[in-house]
Amino acid sequence: MPAALRATALAKAYGPVHALRGVDLEVREGELVGLLGPNGAGKSTLVKIACGLVHPTSGAAEVCGAPAGSPAALAAMGYLAELFRFPDWCTAQELLTLHQRLAESSGGAAERAELLSLVGLREAAGRRVGTMSKGMQQRLGIAQALVGEPRLLLLDEPTSALDPAGRRTVRALLEELRGRGVSVLLNSHLLSEVELVCDRVAIIAGGELVAAGTPSELSRPGGVEVETADGPRLFAEAGREDVPRIVREMVAAGEEVFGVRVLTSSLEDAYLEAVGEGRMDEVPV
Amino acid sequence: MSQVAVIAGFALRESLRRRVFVVVAVLTTVFLGLYGLGTWQAFKEVRDFTGPALAGVQPEIVAGATLLGLAMFATLFLATILTVFLTLGVVQGDAERGLLQPLVVRPVRRRTLLLARFAGAAAVSAAYVVAVFLAAATITWAIGGWWPDRVAGPAAQLALAVAILTALSLAGSVVLASTANGIAIFMVFGAGLVAGLLGQIGEALRSDTLGDVAEVTSWALPFEALYQSALAAITADTIGFTRLALDLGPFGGAQSAGPALWAWAVVYLAGVGAAATAGFARRDL
Repeated sequence: MPAALRATALAKAYGPVHALRGVDLEVREGELVGLLGPNGAGKSTLVKIACGLVHPTSGAAEVCGAPAGSPAALAAMGYLAELFRFPDWCTAQELLTLHQRLAESSGGAAERAELLSLVGLREAAGRRVGTMSKGMQQRLGIAQALVGEPRLLLLDEPTSALDPAGRRTVRALLEELRGRGVSVLLNSHLLSEVELVCDRVAIIAGGELVAAGTPSELSRPGGVEVETADGPRLFAEAGREDVPRIVREMVAAGEEVFGVRVLTSSLEDAYLEAVGEGRMDEVPV
Repeated sequence: MSQVAVIAGFALRESLRRRVFVVVAVLTTVFLGLYGLGTWQAFKEVRDFTGPALAGVQPEIVAGATLLGLAMFATLFLATILTVFLTLGVVQGDAERGLLQPLVVRPVRRRTLLLARFAGAAAVSAAYVVAVFLAAATITWAIGGWWPDRVAGPAAQLALAVAILTALSLAGSVVLASTANGIAIFMVFGAGLVAGLLGQIGEALRSDTLGDVAEVTSWALPFEALYQSALAAITADTIGFTRLALDLGPFGGAQSAGPALWAWAVVYLAGVGAAATAGFARRDL
């Protein structure tokens, strides 16, 4: 089975500006991949090439085995742009109906009702887009992207306008989609969100892929910290498996142990290391 | 339902919801009311003309044709406003607002999207120009008793002229922002009018150079040639001194171009459509 998304040596230049410099990336079937990087790193360009909005300067992108932007590729994917707008005069139902027709989905009213329920907008089916909050519009955008049961979902900052409850709804939705075998490429600035839901993470900086792996692969051991009567003591080279021995030796030496913490570097540390500490001003939250 | 019909229908529904057609209907009614008043006043004056000074000229024909000719210009102008506002932001304008991207990532070819928007706007504007032309002709007949020598041909020529302006506006929207595109199309429309005026002046001065410039320009902007041809057709069967009076009067610019104009207009329309499609296909969004 072909990958849901495969980018090979993907490059894009806007005049003298190189947005992407030969990126290789794969999102496998049913996989949830987080895309991280500072502003201007090339994340949105990568996503836009994947959905055919932008033409690559060189390299290639395929969606479910079809060239990105081709009707077959577009039929297999759903997309929510970072900066999107829906006509403010139409209702949620009308918008989804339009996208069902364009996607040639046969889901009808049942699909619309299910999608609106999934994003918590069932009660707002007849409400005009113009009267919805930005968060509601973003959730409607996710519902729109799911029309036609896409095999690949490309989400560009899908939770930027959501409150904590809305973000939790989207996280739960992403978990459910993974359960259904839908592949997701999640472009987000929210490291904690990416860490919570993504199977793998790809970090882009300066148009290049600088790190990739599972969140645990990217996070490395940071030592063991023991709380003693004299304050915390750090065993920098130790790991989780060393904890019983360390506690045993300290107690044997007559020290009082009040607590133990196994330290690991966070995804944020890995991110900072990958993109360079000098980019602290652009660290995602 | 085909995708062309889906997109065109959605665009027209937007115009309905935004009350575009209500505004157009109200203002057109006002225009026709004023036209009726002017026609009544003009024919009242004309009926008082008597004596040898008329030298065989039939004043009702001159008055009717002059008034309807002016109404045709106003009708074409109003239809141009309508079609330009329906299409001036279809590509770049909607892309800047984030409205276009959700549609383009559906399995709909970009040329289909352009064709649908053209079909919707051209159908509405062409129907409008035909309806208002027929209404003006009917008012002229009801008040003054004069009916144009040809009706179907001029109506079709006005409709084709509006279709060309629709295509130009759509093509402009591929490369220009909404405001710039609107200004450009009205400038082009104005250039066409100037060409007609030059032709009139050239005829009065018997200047071949001005005549040639006017002819070349009106073929380069065939909506103007179609308008001139439609003007010529409403008095196609008029002969004698009345014919002479019409040629010397405000219809010096009226030129019958024959079947070649129809063929050229269709080729021109196809050429503009092809250029717009090619530009849109290459465009990054």
